[in-house]
Amino acid sequence: MSHLKNGAWIALLLVCGLLTACASQTGCGAPEEVPVVVDQRPEKDTKPPEVPKPEVEEVPDFIELPDGTLVAVDSDGSVIRSVFNFEFDESEIGSSDFRVLQQHAARLNRNRDQSVAIDGHCDERGTREYNLALGERRAMAVQDFLLANGVRPSQMSARSFGEERPVDTGSDEAAWAKNRRVELKYE
Amino acid sequence: MKRLLVAACLIAASTSTPFEIVIDRGVDTLTPIAVVPFRIYENAIDITPIVNSDLSSSGQFRPIDESNMLSLPSSADEVLYHDWRVLKTEYVVVGSVFIDGLGLLVAEFEVIDVNQEQVLQSGQVKGHVEDPRSLAHHVSDEVFRAMTGIPGAFSTRVAYVLVENRTQVDERHTLMIADFDGERETPILISGQPILSPAWSSDGKQLAYVSFEAGSSAIHIINLETGQSRLLASFEGINSAPAFSPDGSHIAMVLSRDGNPDIYTIEVASNVIRRITNHRAIDTEPVWELNGEHLIFTSDRGGSPQIYRVNVDSLRVTRLTYEGRYNARPRVMPDNTHFIFVHRSASGFHIAWRDLAGNRAARILSSNVLDESPSVAPNGVMMMYSTKSNRKGILSIVSVSGEVEYKLTSSTGDVIEPAWSPYLPLTTTFVER
Repeated sequence: MSHLKNGAWIALLLVCGLLTACASQTGCGAPEEVPVVVDQRPEKDTKPPEVPKPEVEEVPDFIELPDGTLVAVDSDGSVIRSVFNFEFDESEIGSSDFRVLQQHAARLNRNRDQSVAIDGHCDERGTREYNLALGERRAMAVQDFLLANGVRPSQMSARSFGEERPVDTGSDEAAWAKNRRVELKYE
Repeated sequence: MKRLLVAACLIAASTSTPFEIVIDRGVDTLTPIAVVPFRIYENAIDITPIVNSDLSSSGQFRPIDESNMLSLPSSADEVLYHDWRVLKTEYVVVGSVFIDGLGLLVAEFEVIDVNQEQVLQSGQVKGHVEDPRSLAHHVSDEVFRAMTGIPGAFSTRVAYVLVENRTQVDERHTLMIADFDGERETPILISGQPILSPAWSSDGKQLAYVSFEAGSSAIHIINLETGQSRLLASFEGINSAPAFSPDGSHIAMVLSRDGNPDIYTIEVASNVIRRITNHRAIDTEPVWELNGEHLIFTSDRGGSPQIYRVNVDSLRVTRLTYEGRYNARPRVMPDNTHFIFVHRSASGFHIAWRDLAGNRAARILSSNVLDESPSVAPNGVMMMYSTKSNRKGILSIVSVSGEVEYKLTSSTGDVIEPAWSPYLPLTTTFVER
């Protein structure tokens, strides 16, 4: 029962999402075709019936989580992955990350006043200062990708924390793989 | 058996400190010496355990245990040479500690060569009554010089960073200064953000460091006499790896403000910044050679991190390392003919040593898996580096000759980024007799 309810709700969000996406672009369905009921009667002291407006139901590109962090969300409301991993001493973006980064780019392009910090990190191996530089190189690689996908330089700031901010303090391959990363942080 | 005794003695001597000192390697090739317990007059304080600990940490000497000594002389004329020959002791240190008429604490000592039956050094160190530790380190410096011809570096200090509660909300980074043996740990700066790359000025009065207080890296300089800190560089991008020139007039550093990390120098008096390297690769970790004419640094311009040298006038760059795919963070030895650096081998990251001229192959000095941040004592006899043991960041002191290794650990967090001080102004005075 509850499944059905959720499914219906998501379907409604999807429709509204499509409508607002069209409204913000040229070349798709004419906006005046959107069925909006307009009450043209003169004002009375009795309240007019509530009319749902499509923009109230708009799927946001970003939502704030309970802990206050701002995240990019998909059209179904799911959080879009914002962590991208790298090989040791490498700064090449994995091809499996292209589509996800393009989703971030699309949201930043629709929201020009939204900025993002691009934080580069390394695993603990090798020297700290070299890793600080390597972390920046990873952050720059992601920044360049977003730039090529239309995001403006003024929306982005690339930073590096080298090996100083691990997510896993272990000293094994699994921990190192997690720590070699770029994180997108919406501000 | 002796090895165990030496280790037990060292651990006992360090119970009052935040650090634990653990002897780690064999001691078979070390020169046996005896520091006979000094005669203590009235209210004076015994300094012998500290002198013993200092001389052990040099990686050159093995002080024999008091329980094995056949006699306990406190001056050269009381020494029976036969007693020390039996024990194969090459040098004997004897002395006394007293408070003089001016209220100063005085250590009077003699260093005796058993084989030559000769007093090598005889002198007094005077200092404040409430500071027997500084007095002891100064005595160790003079005893070491008498036995080796090389000045001791036991009165020097070390800067490092203590990281507590890493990845927790109350993560804390503290820039610390302590005696070289981890005693008298003093916090200099506490931050919720990472602190990196402490670097001493050659007069020991200033410390440069990298902090992330403003959200990204910036270089600051703290005056250790006044405690005042000033911002040196906070350009867009990376601001890191500060290194004072030997004459103190310039600071080399890494900036990525012009697109990617390159080496720059700033003249302290004028704040004029000059670009030294200009390459699309990573250039970082600059350090001055002693004449101030060259910097050596890490660059991956050849496809992997390797060590290069640049002339700061001509800006001509030459490559120094070729062994393997990872050589980084060089530190020039005080003889200005060798350097130590981080080298990756099949078994992990180690500290290695080689000559600047590139004539001889590198020698590996450390044997852990994650060794980094090497820093050398101003006399070139010992070096310190950071490593990981049981998931904890610890410091390790190793003699450059490689025989003895000591570990300095903290019970509250990871200790990283050691920077050995230059020779510092002393509060004690030595008079030769």
